[in-house]
Amino acid sequence: MAIQAAHLRELALSDSGFVFDPSTGHTFTVNPSGLDILRWLKDGAEPEEIAQRLADQFELEPGEDPARDVQDFLMQLRECGFIK
Amino acid sequence: MDELDVTVGVTGMNATDNPAPGVGVARSLRHAREFAGRVIGLGYDTLDPGFYAEGLLDGGAILPYPSAGREALRDRLHWVRAEMGVDVLIPTLDSELRAVLAIVGDLEQVGTRTFLPSLESLERASKAQLPRLAESGRIVIPPSEPVLTADAIPKLGSRFGYPLVVKGVYYGATVAHNEADAIAAYHRYAAQWGLPVVVQKFIPGEEYNVAALGDGRGNLAGAVAMRKTMVTDKGKGWCGVAIENERLTEITAQVVGHLSWRGPLEVEILKDAQSNDYYVIEINPRFPAWIYLSAGAGLNLPYLLLLLALGLPLPHPLPRYRPGTMFVRISLDQISDLATYEQLSTSGALRPSRKEGS
Repeated sequence: MAIQAAHLRELALSDSGFVFDPSTGHTFTVNPSGLDILRWLKDGAEPEEIAQRLADQFELEPGEDPARDVQDFLMQLRECGFIK
Repeated sequence: MDELDVTVGVTGMNATDNPAPGVGVARSLRHAREFAGRVIGLGYDTLDPGFYAEGLLDGGAILPYPSAGREALRDRLHWVRAEMGVDVLIPTLDSELRAVLAIVGDLEQVGTRTFLPSLESLERASKAQLPRLAESGRIVIPPSEPVLTADAIPKLGSRFGYPLVVKGVYYGATVAHNEADAIAAYHRYAAQWGLPVVVQKFIPGEEYNVAALGDGRGNLAGAVAMRKTMVTDKGKGWCGVAIENERLTEITAQVVGHLSWRGPLEVEILKDAQSNDYYVIEINPRFPAWIYLSAGAGLNLPYLLLLLALGLPLPHPLPRYRPGTMFVRISLDQISDLATYEQLSTSGALRPSRKEGS
């Protein structure tokens, strides 16, 4: 699934997880994995690839599904208007 | 870089909880490294806080209220020119602009320059005329009607639905949730600012403000966009953040181009939360009170205005401002001895100190 992330690419991301949207002035914070996902999305990664990277990078608890977590996160980004 | 050694008169020193832009304009001029001149504060009350701000002004003078007539204002500004050598006048209040425009020729004759819109542009940008301006099709506004009687409210309530927005001709806006509130707001603004009162359809969304400068030939000479992040109970921005949004700049450039705007302005723009459409909700014919943000963010609009007023070229390319630069207003108790108050009370002026070597 290709993600239209033009708006997302404008976001200013700080290492602390503080995010600034320069076109609206809104700010929000994300946790470390959220920050990674935002960075990967800015680089053009697809959701499946992001889920795989999360699985590689973080120790998953039994029952955790990175693909579902990514979809939840994408839904939040969509609600905020950062991706289409 | 050459230093600019001129004396600038800035009105609007009443930096209260509903602040005039004068203090922000004066601070912006001081902020410019190239500015080596003097700033003369002009206000209407001996207790205007800007007169007491340490390091802000080199002198000051009380002006007659607009109700005293244009001749009184002209005579006073001639006096200020003669006594304090004001080279450029920057009026910052909507309510004094027409009076200043009427005497611009007189001011220039004695050597006081301005950089202001034409009376025609000013009228076309007024709240009451905004619906007509929108008829051109190039500027989109929410459905609005200027009204001269409260009897018009019920019909507009049916047409626009509630809530709707009631606006004073110069200042103020109230979101009225029913007919009684709308009529009460109408009477309040009619009594305070006169007629007409503007009734506007309420569109839920996010408001953005753009401080800008028109060169008088239809071009945008500079613009800084901002979103208020905290407002007072009067709806005044108490904190804000500079943003960069091409759509806001485009709309502002359209307004400036369409009106051939000359001088400072603020365009208030609403983004419809549902449709994402942008609407111009107000054009203010002056810098906003938050104008110091423009200097802090790297594009000092009051200083650019000064260059334009003096007929000097603007820097090319213009510096880019930094989105993410914030302003956070603060209430401070300024300490002053009686001398400033005494001077203003007895002579209506604060004499500038002589510059070294002069």
